[in-house]
Amino acid sequence: MPALLEVRNLRVEFPTRHGTLLAIDDVSFEIAPGEILGVVGESGAGKSLTGAAIIGLLEPPGRIAGGEIRLEGQRIDDLPHEQLRRLRGRRIGAVFQDPLTSLNPLYTVGRQLVETIRTHLPLDEAQARDRAIALLADTGIPAPEARFDHYPHQFSGGMRQRVVIALALAAEPKLIVADEPTTALDVSIQAQIIALLKRVCREHGAAVMLVTHDMGVIAETCDRVAVMYAGRIVEVGPVHEVIHHPAHPYTVGLMGSIPAMDEDRERLLQIDGAMPRLNAIPAGCAFNPRCPRVFERCRSERPDLADAGPTRAACWLVGAGAGVGA
Amino acid sequence: MTALVEVQDLAKTFEVSAPWLNRVIERKPRQFVHAVDGLGFAIERGSTLALVGESGCGKSTVARLLVGLYAPTRGRIRFDGRDAGAMLGSREAGTLRRRMQMIFQDPYASLNPRWKVHDIVAEPLREHALVDGAAAQRERVGELLGAVGMAAADASKFPHQFSGGQRQRISIARALATQPEFLVCDEPTSALDVSVQAQVLNIMKDLQRKQGLTYLFISHNLAVVRHVADEVGVMYLGRLVEQSPKAELFARPRHPYTRMLLDAIPDIHMSGRARTPVQGEVPNPLNPPAGCSFHPRCPHANARCRSERPAQLEFQGVRVACHAVEEGRI
Repeated sequence: MPALLEVRNLRVEFPTRHGTLLAIDDVSFEIAPGEILGVVGESGAGKSLTGAAIIGLLEPPGRIAGGEIRLEGQRIDDLPHEQLRRLRGRRIGAVFQDPLTSLNPLYTVGRQLVETIRTHLPLDEAQARDRAIALLADTGIPAPEARFDHYPHQFSGGMRQRVVIALALAAEPKLIVADEPTTALDVSIQAQIIALLKRVCREHGAAVMLVTHDMGVIAETCDRVAVMYAGRIVEVGPVHEVIHHPAHPYTVGLMGSIPAMDEDRERLLQIDGAMPRLNAIPAGCAFNPRCPRVFERCRSERPDLADAGPTRAACWLVGAGAGVGA
Repeated sequence: MTALVEVQDLAKTFEVSAPWLNRVIERKPRQFVHAVDGLGFAIERGSTLALVGESGCGKSTVARLLVGLYAPTRGRIRFDGRDAGAMLGSREAGTLRRRMQMIFQDPYASLNPRWKVHDIVAEPLREHALVDGAAAQRERVGELLGAVGMAAADASKFPHQFSGGQRQRISIARALATQPEFLVCDEPTSALDVSVQAQVLNIMKDLQRKQGLTYLFISHNLAVVRHVADEVGVMYLGRLVEQSPKAELFARPRHPYTRMLLDAIPDIHMSGRARTPVQGEVPNPLNPPAGCSFHPRCPHANARCRSERPAQLEFQGVRVACHAVEEGRI
């Protein structure tokens, strides 16, 4: 099956007074139709920017400096503004972290849904209204006819996020980019929203790119996961393999630092130091100053993604480069 | 072992009424939020009590009550056998404040951006006149920074030069400056990335082992709680619904809310648990449901739960406030 979304050698940079910062550096991945890809990483890894680049919502001065993004074979990163606007919502839906800022406080949720539906689909007012109510019901909002005329402030956080998901699905997009959709919510609500996102995307046949820092959410939701560090994908593979048999030392550290619910450890595995700032990304492998298994080659040469058993990892310890310095 | 901190029937009510003129014109009554309502617990010396709950359940209010940032509306806090409220009003207030310190959630907001790290960490030393002279102060600050895994040279930098995890370590160093016995930690790692969270949790555990610290650890993350706590209290709408030793709580959760919380955690090991999806959300604390406040979301609720508020019952070291558990229905 051809990929739904193809990202090739994506580079995003931010020109500043002190030089150009490279926030995303040579990132490539694809998403199959109906697949849920998780993108995980710590603050500053570039995961949200990758999502923003795909939906064409990079904040200036950030810009795509290289590479290409294809949706169903069509290149979308160089579309003119007007075409990109039509594509957003119609073919790619978006769900952001804070449901309150994604909704307009001055319009009822019904009006926002109808507007979105009529912008993208050839329906009249009454048909759009029916569709909007069906979407609200679909996303688990009780009494959708009554809720149709309510304003966002009359909804709780979890309910608002359901409305945002309904909005994202309004025009039956093929891909949903969800950027930390559950981070602002309480755990019990979080579980509801994840189950919902999974169910409605399956029913509507939409693929999802789920950006989050929460490995638990990834484990329960995704088919594959890409781990990002300092603007690059360091490991990508089926979610089960990445969690249980990580190849990259960063992924190993990340998994070990999560307190587990089913084992007792006196101390957590910790990765010393912190993610480098964009203006001070180390030469060679960006992870080398924090890596417990660093050797000479890591400090000078940058590894690319290579086969590492069931996953692909960017590390000199795996793949074709393995054994050279280990 | 004796309890270092003992809390009895603690309550805090906030008035959230509309302004006087609106109340008169619109004939609205006064309104109150019972943020904390009849809490009781004890923390053994050298151990950690964790309070968990969702936003708005009153856990941060408890933290602020314990360190004296809020005055309780009702109830008593005893510290080392003596009444903390009375001590705070007397000349011993300084002594008490020195013995308990607090670590806040947001390491970006809790450090003064215009002060150097030295001044931040030395502030409690100056305030309580704990060291004499600039040289001794510098040495002590260096020691404190060392205890949290930072370099003495970091003292001459500003907070913005540090990452979130390092800042949180600076606030731990500041809290340790007075050699407290009791630390109240209000979501100390929620603002941090997981790998950095691990660093901070490890440091907190090491310090507890070395210095015999007692912690009240407030968090919404059950996995973190499971890692740090000895005792766990689960809060819902200002009340403790269940309190038990950690192992017991995670192996045999009794209260339906505790079971729900445990079920809701996304698990990285995908142990294939059958999830019971829980419906509904936390009700508005301004207008909590009658009877057991959890009954609208509870799968085991009956007529009694809707009308009568359950009392906390203790058996086998576990304290639960639930009619269904009491009657043996679950």
